Amino acid sequence: MSDLLNRYGMVLTALFVILTGFWLLALVVLPNLYLFENSFRPYLPVAEIGGPKDVYSLNNYLTFFQSPIHISVFVWTVIYSALVTVICFLIAYPLAYGLAKVSARALLPTIFLLLFIPLWVSEVLRSFAWFIILALRGPLNAGLLGLGIIEDPVRWIMGFRGVIIGLVYTYVLFMLFPLYNAIQSLDTNQIEAAEDLGAPWWRIHWRVILPHAKPGIASGAVMVFMLSAGSILVPTLLASTNSRWFTEIIQQWMFESQDWNTGSAYAFLLLILCTVFVSVAMRVFRVKLSDIAK
Amino acid sequence: MRQPRRSDWLFHLYLVLFLVYMILPLVVMGGAAFNDSRFPSIYPWVGWTDRWFVELWADRRMWTAFFNTIWVALAVVALSVPIGTAGAILINSIAGRTRSLIYALMVAPILTPGAVIGISTLLFWNGFSVPAGLHLSVLGQVSYIAAFVMLLVLARLQSFDRGLEEAALDLGASHAQVMRRILLPHLYPAIGAGAAIAFFQSIENFNVTLFTRGTYDTLTVYVFSKVRTGITPTINALALLLIAVTLVIAVLYEVARRRRAALAAALEPRG
Repeated sequence: MSDLLNRYGMVLTALFVILTGFWLLALVVLPNLYLFENSFRPYLPVAEIGGPKDVYSLNNYLTFFQSPIHISVFVWTVIYSALVTVICFLIAYPLAYGLAKVSARALLPTIFLLLFIPLWVSEVLRSFAWFIILALRGPLNAGLLGLGIIEDPVRWIMGFRGVIIGLVYTYVLFMLFPLYNAIQSLDTNQIEAAEDLGAPWWRIHWRVILPHAKPGIASGAVMVFMLSAGSILVPTLLASTNSRWFTEIIQQWMFESQDWNTGSAYAFLLLILCTVFVSVAMRVFRVKLSDIAK
Repeated sequence: MRQPRRSDWLFHLYLVLFLVYMILPLVVMGGAAFNDSRFPSIYPWVGWTDRWFVELWADRRMWTAFFNTIWVALAVVALSVPIGTAGAILINSIAGRTRSLIYALMVAPILTPGAVIGISTLLFWNGFSVPAGLHLSVLGQVSYIAAFVMLLVLARLQSFDRGLEEAALDLGASHAQVMRRILLPHLYPAIGAGAAIAFFQSIENFNVTLFTRGTYDTLTVYVFSKVRTGITPTINALALLLIAVTLVIAVLYEVARRRRAALAAALEPRG
């Protein structure tokens, strides 16, 4: 702090502190505390706020724990988000390894340019694209029928299938880039040394490359899981009648019931879920927060 | 350099398949903008048309949403760039446990679902009787977008030679001069990249905006509500235009990057 004062003087240092303070207090910490506080208060008409009925209780959370439907939606959201994370890893790992260690350096900028385009196209359009492709009379079924691979059109948007296809497509790049960065920093000599010493390829991956890629795996897994569990667009556009996502229930409380208090209790549960996932990932992969957020 | 081997073609096949998987859906979506069918699809192909572009152009609600989006994005850039830069300079000068705590608070919004950010922003400002609207969308978006700027600027600060500042101070420069003439010029590439990322992140944002927007539309919200109710290929026309803009910016960026790289190579001292 005194270092800042020496270099930039009173005025600028005060400016830095005020800007950062506004960010962290008014935009991050206080809103979340407020969310937490509101989740314990009852939903009341405006006239009764602050009145005798406005007392703290666990009722909003009990609403969740007493509703088997909401619990099951929550659990399935967790399970399918985890599944999406695993699928993204399986797709992205060979690619990240190849890009980092196999492909020709000169091609990389072009490949990344091609990959950045879908990344910069908004999420709503990416799920909309799959909405078109997966339609019962859509191009995918037409193509597969034409090739003779299937005999009847497949109802792709059934159960959680459409949601999973959409989420994997939308978020796989969030797994690819951290993995690539991590593997890229591995000294290729280490791989060659393992090869010279006679290690089979799977063992090289298991003992040399994967351990080195840990921060990348943690970072990618946290991002993909958080984005999937918190996704609103993909589950709304690609869900069928029997697949509901936890964010849709939060939306119901906020918009249809206009019950912001129960809504904030549910939002807080989602926040807890993601916090738990981040801390588990940090434990399992033995990485720091600064390794994850890059 | 590694020796090429037989399994390499397998990787290249996989790479091509992956690129097709990433890009083909966008082509399908864009292609449907030219199909003369009520429902957006490229199959069955009814015939070429440009009516969806004409309809899009005439859609007043789309234009309102478009200008809202641009205003929000500009406001997000104007707020998150100074905030993120100040945060990076501040955290770079502290150490120990305070640093870890503040750092955690700064990156936490990146790891928070957008719905949570949106709802907490809405509730908090409602406590001060600030109604929902695009101004709250801006504040909600800044809370996590400033973190991206902070990370970029912080990375750039690692390569900064602090001796330059000391030399300038010793030679009698004022604090403001040190900031404007020495620190900021070093940070400009990171600040520029941060501004670009902030702009695009804001345009793309849906989750935070959905909860904070009140009754206003942004482009993502407009597309979303169109897809849910009364879907027509005008959305595909809009998608195609947005992808085209993205493509042009990406290519321009790449050309500029190659030119810089070529320039740097030419300036390299020989021998």
